[in-house]
Amino acid sequence: MKHARIAWAGAVHSAVADGDHLRLADGTRLAEDHVVWLPPVVPGTIIALGINYADHKKELANELTLSAKDEPLAFLKGPNALVGHRGRTRRPADATFMHYECELAVVIGRHAKRVKRSDALAHVAGYTIANDYAIRDYLENWYRPNLRVKNRDGATVLGPWLVDATDVPDPHGLSLRTFVNGELKQQGNTRDLIDDVPALIEYLSGFMTLSPGDIILTGTPEGVSNVVPGDAVVCEIEGLGRLVNAIVSEGS
Amino acid sequence: MLVIEGALACLTGRVAAEDRPRSAWPATGAFAPPPVGTAYGTLLNHRDVLAALGDAVHQPPYKAPPKAPVLYIKPRHCLAGHGAAVEVPAEADALEVGAQLGIVIGREACRVRKTDALAFVAGYTICSDLSVPHPSYYRPSLRFKARDGFLPLGPWILAAHHVPDPDALEVVVQIDGREAQRYSTAGMQRGVARLIAEVSSFMTLARGDLLMLGAGPAAPRARAGQTVRITIEPIGALVHRLVAQASA
Repeated sequence: MKHARIAWAGAVHSAVADGDHLRLADGTRLAEDHVVWLPPVVPGTIIALGINYADHKKELANELTLSAKDEPLAFLKGPNALVGHRGRTRRPADATFMHYECELAVVIGRHAKRVKRSDALAHVAGYTIANDYAIRDYLENWYRPNLRVKNRDGATVLGPWLVDATDVPDPHGLSLRTFVNGELKQQGNTRDLIDDVPALIEYLSGFMTLSPGDIILTGTPEGVSNVVPGDAVVCEIEGLGRLVNAIVSEGS
Repeated sequence: MLVIEGALACLTGRVAAEDRPRSAWPATGAFAPPPVGTAYGTLLNHRDVLAALGDAVHQPPYKAPPKAPVLYIKPRHCLAGHGAAVEVPAEADALEVGAQLGIVIGREACRVRKTDALAFVAGYTICSDLSVPHPSYYRPSLRFKARDGFLPLGPWILAAHHVPDPDALEVVVQIDGREAQRYSTAGMQRGVARLIAEVSSFMTLARGDLLMLGAGPAAPRARAGQTVRITIEPIGALVHRLVAQASA
């Protein structure tokens, strides 16, 4: 099943996918452009991975001082960053390089503490799509990636759906594509994750308890490019849907 | 969140808004952490902390001193109350104690001006931001700062009007009763109002969020078996213990 959180007719509702429509608990069917989409999960802790695809690592090689990577490069985000499907993301007026990052997002469904790899997927509620924008102009070499780059209001798009884990038997063979104004810009497959979903859950739960509602953004493959106000950015992951976002200027 | 005269404390399992002198409050016992939202920390804010890095700030991997506030997030399972026993992981001989002022946001703060910023503060608390000591500020592992229990705070949130000048508070750390650190919040590069203004310029702080001002110079270390006491008057004193990690 695919689950959404939406605002419609003055209230927040949970909804499920019903063909190309949304269906509310009372049976009301709504077209997807007749509702306001919220992030499909009320977030707990949001964990994001840097450089978790080999090709993206190569793409960033000239700014990495790492020679070898011995553990996942994980960082945290606040709930202020999230915005739903069909939402808008601001590009700061002084930015020269703002780029999307299409990522498989894992939503935790059960408390996980020191979970072994073999049990890890049993702790997943489902999957969604994230588009985790970065403003590269603000990158500083102190506690990277710094929050000014990666934790801006509304710069992490999440949704449209939370897709039940039972409907995604293998999260490691999903193609992933980003289109800007209809043009294919980024392409990858979750089979190329350096640290796959069980590895990330084992690693993280080894030192911090994961709880229902926690979200792990698993990183992005190569193909990031600059976006400007007016651009329509669509991130697709096979079986999870299409996540749509509009870039707007600072004053919008 | 409710803050009335006096302060807001969470005795285990219940929230109590107290309006009597804090001297009449229980000094011991188990407290839940005060009810805060997202916990944001600030590094290198104290001038002497940054100065201690010397010329390294110009060398790789940093290449330049920080321009914006250096921020990080402590996840929700870090939060621990007054009186907590925090596990020291087997990989660490001791933990670094980042004793500091905690600013609790009272109303949504987005693009706030410095001159208005203090009006967005509900109150103040005491934070013991624990870390596994690590030499680099470049891209440290979450393992060092995000472990369960690594942010004891409290005992309560003292309403802001009881703290007329948050930029002139003395922070005193005692470990097993012996003084281990003493500094003033006057030494911060960014005081409370400026920090709120700069942070809220790109990320909205929600009501209840915790923004930590930053630790003082030469942060002390404590080992399993030791008791940490952080005093910031007029807020009070936060006490917690460190214990060895229970075997998995």
